[in-house]
Amino acid sequence: MSVITQNLSRNKYFNWTVKNLFSSWVNTIMTIIAIIFVYEIGSFFLNWSIFSADFRTNFQGELITDRILCSKNIVPGEYGACWAIIYVRWDQFMYGLYPVEETWRVNLTYALLPFAIIGILFDKLPFRKIFIYFTFIFPFIAYFLLYGGPGLSTVGTNKWGGLLVTLFLGVTGIGLAFPLSILLALGRRSKMPIIKSLCIVFIEFIRGVPLITLLFTANVMLPLFLPDGVNPDNLLRALVAVTLFQSAYMAEAIRGGLQAIPKGHIEAAEALGLTYWQTTRKIILPQALKIAIPPIVNTCIGLFKDTSLVLIIGLFDLLGIGRAALADMTWTKLYYEVYVFISLVFFIFCFGMSRYSLYLEKKLKTDNS
Amino acid sequence: MQTSFIRKIIFDEKSRALLIQTLVIGLFAVFIYLIAQQTSYNLEKRGISTGFDFLNIAAGYDISIRLIPFSSEDTHLRAYFVGLLNTLMIAVCGCILATILGFLVGIIRLSSNWLFRNIAYVYVEFTRNVPVLLQIILYYSILLNLPKIKQAFVIFDTFYLTNRGLFSPSPIFKEGFSLVFWSFIFAIVFSILLKRFLKKKQEQTGKQYPIFFINSAIIIFTPILFFYIMGMPLEFDSPVLKGFNFKGGMVIRPEFLGMLFGLSIYTAAFISETVRSGIISVSKGQREASQALGLKSSFVMRLIVIPQALRVIIPPLTSQYLNLTKNSSLGIAIGYADLVHGFGGISLNQTGRAIEIMLIVMLTYLSISLTISLFMNIYNKSVQFKGNA
Repeated sequence: MSVITQNLSRNKYFNWTVKNLFSSWVNTIMTIIAIIFVYEIGSFFLNWSIFSADFRTNFQGELITDRILCSKNIVPGEYGACWAIIYVRWDQFMYGLYPVEETWRVNLTYALLPFAIIGILFDKLPFRKIFIYFTFIFPFIAYFLLYGGPGLSTVGTNKWGGLLVTLFLGVTGIGLAFPLSILLALGRRSKMPIIKSLCIVFIEFIRGVPLITLLFTANVMLPLFLPDGVNPDNLLRALVAVTLFQSAYMAEAIRGGLQAIPKGHIEAAEALGLTYWQTTRKIILPQALKIAIPPIVNTCIGLFKDTSLVLIIGLFDLLGIGRAALADMTWTKLYYEVYVFISLVFFIFCFGMSRYSLYLEKKLKTDNS
Repeated sequence: MQTSFIRKIIFDEKSRALLIQTLVIGLFAVFIYLIAQQTSYNLEKRGISTGFDFLNIAAGYDISIRLIPFSSEDTHLRAYFVGLLNTLMIAVCGCILATILGFLVGIIRLSSNWLFRNIAYVYVEFTRNVPVLLQIILYYSILLNLPKIKQAFVIFDTFYLTNRGLFSPSPIFKEGFSLVFWSFIFAIVFSILLKRFLKKKQEQTGKQYPIFFINSAIIIFTPILFFYIMGMPLEFDSPVLKGFNFKGGMVIRPEFLGMLFGLSIYTAAFISETVRSGIISVSKGQREASQALGLKSSFVMRLIVIPQALRVIIPPLTSQYLNLTKNSSLGIAIGYADLVHGFGGISLNQTGRAIEIMLIVMLTYLSISLTISLFMNIYNKSVQFKGNA
């Protein structure tokens, strides 16, 4: 008997289990409760989403084209999710009302997007310079592909929707806000009182009001501010609001990085005779931005989630398309399927970003020590 | 002469700063002037009148969720206050619920039990990586899918959960209840004074008093005593099913519940992270030192760990409260009659005074934000290090 326990206590898995799950009576009871909880929730969810769910066809093997054909509507209370709504509406979720014969343009843009971003994300990437060059020309390629130009027919932004709008607002908003936020952050730390106070008022104003009021303002008031001929469409108005919003939050993240730079660096640069812009560009910003990347990524996650707000001003982002699908009489009442699917899409993007931010934090820690 | 003047402007730091700032101010003024002119031209062309006189016109719409009486004959100004109160109500309730939930989850995240820890982790990751608007809409859909009035879920024979909201008994305050209320306030004030007095005494004599128990007893039992002295001046009006609806009692609408769940479950995930990092930030040595001094484990937590953790927790907690308050503007998506939905939405559509109304709404949110950060800053100062440590 004692031999068995001795052998067991040498086993690291056994030790881990005892330490983390059964270290005391209370702990053991907690473990049992947790196992029951996980089992109940997990089995319910797996059963609902996979084992008892319809995908493209129902349990009779018919292709589902209408809510009534879902198994759970044929035999109520017995079957799980009906994912057919996602299949049927897939094109709308991905492209909105983009013309079907032109969707290859959106697909190509989706495919090129990772190459445009990867150069910024990883600094030890081989051929990083080429990727960075591509990052700078990507906006023009994307504009040409998505909106149209010589050789490609024009597709108005009122036809855009679903993931396309979500990604467009997210990526473009972040991209445009980045340079603006650097200027704001520098301005807020400037020694010139007027520039400083302008930046403070702008940042604090934007951070003090909800995004939805900014979207409303952009939607209703932007046409009032501009001369007759200039009339930005709905998507562009939302983009203006989103960019201003994001730049204020990002500026605060960058300011945190700027504050972390020891004063000695600035003084040393000045002593060497560097000008303000030289100091900023070569000494301060490279260090400050590096420190500020994790909080910047966090604001980006926030913005990406907040793009869903544009449905309130009548744009069809991912969530807007989902709601439109539910408003369709043939598919109504499949809330859980639609919302769970959209949640999953957002989760994948946001969780990915937060993992990246965590990876950077760990890397920065080892870099500095 | 001239070249030296230009040289001075370009190379002298002070005069260059002056020049740049003058330029910025000038450009800014021109920008504002152009926009103002264009706007007034556009307004005139479209025949939109301006001014704040619309505030005294009858609103002409009804608001179902309200804390003060409101009918369609009341003015837009009153609609504003109804919306403001609704915004504040959801913000306060949401902050309280989110704090409780967030602290709970944050502590579970540090539990020694691996499964508990990871259940909390999964909750945090899944709620904070999904847009709050989506969550609000999802919870609202769940609430609307509850059973109809006739097949209501009955909880403790008093609450009825239906797809039209949660029906619960409403309190009726009879004569003399105000005395009970005031006795409660008095008990709180008295207990604060007593705490100060006993603290001073403890510092002088070194003897410890069970301040917490004494004060809890005072705060709990004084109102109960007065409640019985005044002859129990409180009754409940229970909801009774009559025909197709409940009569009597009060109803908490699904819009409110959807907002409350969405906002607090989402924000709690963020709060739990700040709580967790706050508790972790207290160095292990502090704990070990206080144990070595012979403090009981409850004292270690209350006197050593929590006060130091609060220093780290309060600033991010403040920004979470601010976020929750700003996110309460999402009520418009499910028809919760907050400031943005009622005044900023319906009033705007009816009067067409977009500039005025958006200005009022934004300034209101700004002042709410500033008030919250002011109070939290005061509280933050009270928990920070004192002296020059």
